[in-house]
Amino acid sequence: MSREAFRIALQALAANRLRSVLTTLGVLIGVMSVVLLVAIGQGARVEITGAIEGLGSNLLFVLPGDGDFTAGPARSRFTTGDVDALEREFPAGGAKAAGYIVGADNIRADGERVSVTVFAVTGSYLEVLDRSVARGQAITNADVDATRRLALLGATAAEQLFGNQDPIGRNLDVGSTRFRVAGVLSQIGGGSTPFGPDQDRIVVVPVTTGQRLFGTSRLDAIFVRSASAASVDNDRATIERVLLRRLSEGDFSVISQDEILGVVSQILQTLTLVLAAIAGISLLVGGVGVSNIMLVSVSERTREIGLRKALGARTRDITSQFLVEAMALTAIGGVIGLILGVAFALLAETFLPVPAIITWWSIALALATSFIVGIVFGVLPARRAGQLDPVQALRHE
Amino acid sequence: MSVPAVLSAENVTRSYVISDDVVVHALRGVSFAVHQGEYVAIMGSSGSGKSTLLNLLGVLDRPTSGVIRYDGQDVQELDDSAVAKLRNERIGFVFQSFHLLQRVTAVDNVIVPLTYRPGSKTNRRDRAVAALTSVGLADRLDHRPNQLSGGQQQRVAIARALVTEPGLILADEPTGNLDTQTSSEIMTLLEALHRDKGTALVVITHDPEVASRADRRIELRDGVVVKDEAN
Repeated sequence: MSREAFRIALQALAANRLRSVLTTLGVLIGVMSVVLLVAIGQGARVEITGAIEGLGSNLLFVLPGDGDFTAGPARSRFTTGDVDALEREFPAGGAKAAGYIVGADNIRADGERVSVTVFAVTGSYLEVLDRSVARGQAITNADVDATRRLALLGATAAEQLFGNQDPIGRNLDVGSTRFRVAGVLSQIGGGSTPFGPDQDRIVVVPVTTGQRLFGTSRLDAIFVRSASAASVDNDRATIERVLLRRLSEGDFSVISQDEILGVVSQILQTLTLVLAAIAGISLLVGGVGVSNIMLVSVSERTREIGLRKALGARTRDITSQFLVEAMALTAIGGVIGLILGVAFALLAETFLPVPAIITWWSIALALATSFIVGIVFGVLPARRAGQLDPVQALRHE
Repeated sequence: MSVPAVLSAENVTRSYVISDDVVVHALRGVSFAVHQGEYVAIMGSSGSGKSTLLNLLGVLDRPTSGVIRYDGQDVQELDDSAVAKLRNERIGFVFQSFHLLQRVTAVDNVIVPLTYRPGSKTNRRDRAVAALTSVGLADRLDHRPNQLSGGQQQRVAIARALVTEPGLILADEPTGNLDTQTSSEIMTLLEALHRDKGTALVVITHDPEVASRADRRIELRDGVVVKDEAN
């Protein structure tokens, strides 16, 4: 009988082709949105957490303020003296500390003008952040101590300023200060993320020179790299002990890379779920459309229902006929929506900066929801059909 | 009579409550029996209660009081699915306005009652084709109702009624929507099937011409039987 109900349902849907297509469209768009938005949300999560992980493992971030970022950016009280104190405290072969100031500026060379992010750093910065110099020399502690006007260029910045020529030894101007290019950093790729500028479009200068450039005696933040994952907790304790001696409680907070990763990942996961829920609402609206059309269909086919009852259909045969019809509408919409959602996700990947990641749970959720929508929104019209009085139904015009 | 009753009505009444103080008594105590292979016309003008009686005989409706029996079984005691089974197996309906499904072919229309009982799909189609052949529509199997004349549509409906091989055909004004010539053809067809298969035939009509063809005539007026005699 269920196969029979399915055949009858398809017959009825085919008889009202345009209406069936339009009704299906509501569910189709809902399922498609769920699959597509979840794929993009997941892609963003993986991309961004990947970018954080790409900073290198075992990192500790020492940031100004008490860790309550909702209060807005805190004023930094870090100095190069704090970095030196930390470096002295860490054992040889142990953790490394680096401080930096970050600012945006235009740089000029050979008449070319490029907008970049300037990092003014202490001697261990490249080591701590796991960056390397492709060509030329890195910035040393001696350069910092002597306030030398040396610059390291990111790969993209170097190419934009000097093209194919060798930039080493050339001059460039940051604001009104002239620097000599000491080296070019290895390319990282990945572009800019919500968590930082394009790491290939930066200029790195000694922190002392940078402090003069930006007119400050402070550092924006301090990064510490532990020698291994096992020593992260120990190093954190050391940082807190040293800095509490030099600063007050509430002036700084220490966050590990894992903690940042956890928080960011959770925020993005929540964001993805919110996207899915919004898309889910459109699925619900599609369901209401199905319910509406099924009610119309029941009332149009009142005479048919009366006839079927006269010919031997039980209440349950009629109910299942209309329920199957509603579910066929949503199931067809669900499957096509799923296919289109996956297709659009793959298409979106080609022009969005993040990959689209199709998860099994978004597919299962979308299909299950469209199925459930069919049942929930089909039951009312189907029950109404089943309970029609055959005498009234046969007389219906 | 020695022939067993297919269908009997015993002091059947049916009242409709329109509002608190308006009650319409459509049937006021009707009794008669239809025996195996009998050909009965139930006559009456509009408002005589014949439509109400048809609904009760077809077990589409239940009496206010009294008993309707099929082969001795009180239909009041049957639940929804047993009533459905009864309609499916023992009654063949023929309606004034044919009541065919417009979106499917003649064969598929005839198959409908068979889908509500167990049986293989190919067997169903074979039986539907046989039924359509017996009403002279072997060459119209795959036509839809809107491609058929009124008389042909009623033939499809008759095929649908007899495909289940019921003991009784209930025809409600079967010629009401047809011209005189076609009416006569349809009645001749119904009578031939009744004769050949021994199916009891109950025709409800207001047309004396149609009623005069039956073996027996029951006349209703104001909800009671005023005449019940052989023609």
